[in-house]
Amino acid sequence: MQMTGAEIFVKALADLEVDVVFGYPGGATIHIYDALFRNVKVRHMLCRHEQGAVHMADGYARASGRTGVCLVTSGPGATNTVTGLATAYMDSIPVVVFTGQVPTLLIGNDAFQEADIVGISRPCTKHNYLVKETKDLARIMKEAFYIASTGRPGPVLVDMPKDVLAASARYDLPKEVSLRGYRPTYEGHQRQVESAVRLLLSGERPVVYAGGGVILSNASGELAELSHALSLPVTTTLMGMGAFPGSDPLSLGMLGMHGTYAANMAISNSDVILAVGARFDDRVTGKISEFAPHAKIIHIDIDPTSIQKNVRVDIPIVGDVKDVLRKMIKLVKGKKEATAYQGKTAAWRGQIVSWAKTHPLTYKPSKGKIKPQYVVEQIHKLTKGKAIVATEVGQNQMWAAQFYSYEQPRTFLSSGGLGTMGYGLPAAIGAQVAMPGRLVVDIAGDGSIQMNIQELATAVQYRIPVKVVILNNGSLGMVRQWQELFFEGKYSQTCLPHIPDFVKLAEAYGAKGFRAEKTEQVPEVLRKGFAADGPVLIDVITDPGEMVYPMVPAGAGLTEMLLV
Amino acid sequence: MRHTISVLVENEFGVLSRVSGLFSGRGFNIESLCVAETMDPQVSRMTIVTSGNDQIVEQILKQLNKLIPVLKVIDFTGVDTVDRELVLVKVNAEGDGKQEVLRLVDIFRARIVDVAPRCYTIEMTGGEGKVTAFLQMLRPMGIREVVRTGKIAISRGM
Repeated sequence: MQMTGAEIFVKALADLEVDVVFGYPGGATIHIYDALFRNVKVRHMLCRHEQGAVHMADGYARASGRTGVCLVTSGPGATNTVTGLATAYMDSIPVVVFTGQVPTLLIGNDAFQEADIVGISRPCTKHNYLVKETKDLARIMKEAFYIASTGRPGPVLVDMPKDVLAASARYDLPKEVSLRGYRPTYEGHQRQVESAVRLLLSGERPVVYAGGGVILSNASGELAELSHALSLPVTTTLMGMGAFPGSDPLSLGMLGMHGTYAANMAISNSDVILAVGARFDDRVTGKISEFAPHAKIIHIDIDPTSIQKNVRVDIPIVGDVKDVLRKMIKLVKGKKEATAYQGKTAAWRGQIVSWAKTHPLTYKPSKGKIKPQYVVEQIHKLTKGKAIVATEVGQNQMWAAQFYSYEQPRTFLSSGGLGTMGYGLPAAIGAQVAMPGRLVVDIAGDGSIQMNIQELATAVQYRIPVKVVILNNGSLGMVRQWQELFFEGKYSQTCLPHIPDFVKLAEAYGAKGFRAEKTEQVPEVLRKGFAADGPVLIDVITDPGEMVYPMVPAGAGLTEMLLV
Repeated sequence: MRHTISVLVENEFGVLSRVSGLFSGRGFNIESLCVAETMDPQVSRMTIVTSGNDQIVEQILKQLNKLIPVLKVIDFTGVDTVDRELVLVKVNAEGDGKQEVLRLVDIFRARIVDVAPRCYTIEMTGGEGKVTAFLQMLRPMGIREVVRTGKIAISRGM
């Protein structure tokens, strides 16, 4: 049957089981919007900025595990997606972004609303396409979803010229994808796995260092099983929050620049590190030459380029985390070596417990000003640790990671790699769309929230009941913290004197606004805000002098922590 | 250390920029790069000469493999290969120099492909050492322009 490119696009989305598209219309995609108008299967959500649209698709993907979809027009519509693409790329999130493009004949002519988005997005997508003929559109869409969601996931962009969308072709969505240049390795090499288990059991001071790959691979269950079978202490990266239950006695919390004392001491004194779906980011390792000086390293990752990139690895295993962990469990579970090993490593676990006791995550409570950490603790208490938490970037993000205990994967959504301010609100909206029954909270800062505040209108329009809690310290707190510690307190451009009245702002958008100005008001205001219908913005005026601790200064070794 | 890397890629638009972007985006160096179709018109071969320590080269090979249109990556380091480069040289040919140029062309088994009143254009192929030596010998005559293709390589035997 002959269909226009736009009709093929809409039908293919439905056939690919896409239930929602986050988008913004324009001239180059007008045929698609016409086709969407008549369709009943695919829901389109109108955002207020294309960056918001990609972050929503990203939040949708992180919360649900399904691929997030975004549709924008050419030129500025397309370039506005770049930050969202780079965010998803750094954190390996499956997102497909469709962009309109000027008609094929005009490409390269500096036509109205033309941008070479395929060229621009090449370094921040897993792959991208320019569709040259209508007949190829369905196949390319199938490939785009396949590439985005398999192997190490990531964003894929598909650029569609207007004439390709207007022209007609036969609808031909292939059943299978065959890309001879793309064959991810899922199965870990059995002998490598055996060597890894031998090395692991030969040590006395093991640590599991788990990253976002555990969540992407849906391997949290396997991680817990292996950890419990051998009593392995587990530290997670920011991206790995929720991959291992925060309340588990074997959990050390986060490691790295703002990691726990116990996690950083454990990594630094370990003799074997089992790195699972993590990539030895500089915020994790600190000074690389001083990172884990006594440790042999086993590294499991589906992406071979992650291995041996930043640190020397003794046993690399390329494969899906879930498959490799299963193989490891099979080799150790119920074996008598496992019991002996637990005995041999008991002293080490005791040492870790004493580190955790001497320097727990903490802050100095105060009667006057509201401590941001207290607010996060109260959110945790109120939600019983069951909310999906999105964050913005900076101090709010670190406190959200430190003072909320994540028990389940896909409950902590944060721009870890790129550190994108303005991520949290749209990501929370996307997550709420994917998980309508869940409570979704965006822990925000007064700086970050203003970067995509316009998406409140989206939340109001579609009655998406996200709860935004602004830790309002009137400053760009994390940069201010660095200025305080390393630039003699010269707060260059980090004070935000003209902050809008967030309560009125929320009301102006048609959302509900609440405010807490005193510590004792916090629990009640949060309770009221979370109980209110629809989108809610809660402005909490916090102590501007509060800093995130522990802190490993940039370029220092992990043991050189500044403590409370 | 220098490495010659042979990369088989899908013969489609944009692949070259994906490969070159991978190098520039990560601060890797490309010394030379040749691209042309293979026997299979759907596949092209790129021959890339690059340099870096083992860790960098390992990353380059892995990153190349990660690109979706890349089908195969071969590092020719430690492999017995035949490698060649084609060079076109425009060199002054006046007075006594004329005879010297002709003699060098003969010795190096090169060919004169264009003659002008005061200069010859010479075509020469060879391994890297031969090309360098040839250009060195021609230098005293006055080289006006050199165009080199960059190295291509093929493994011996099999």
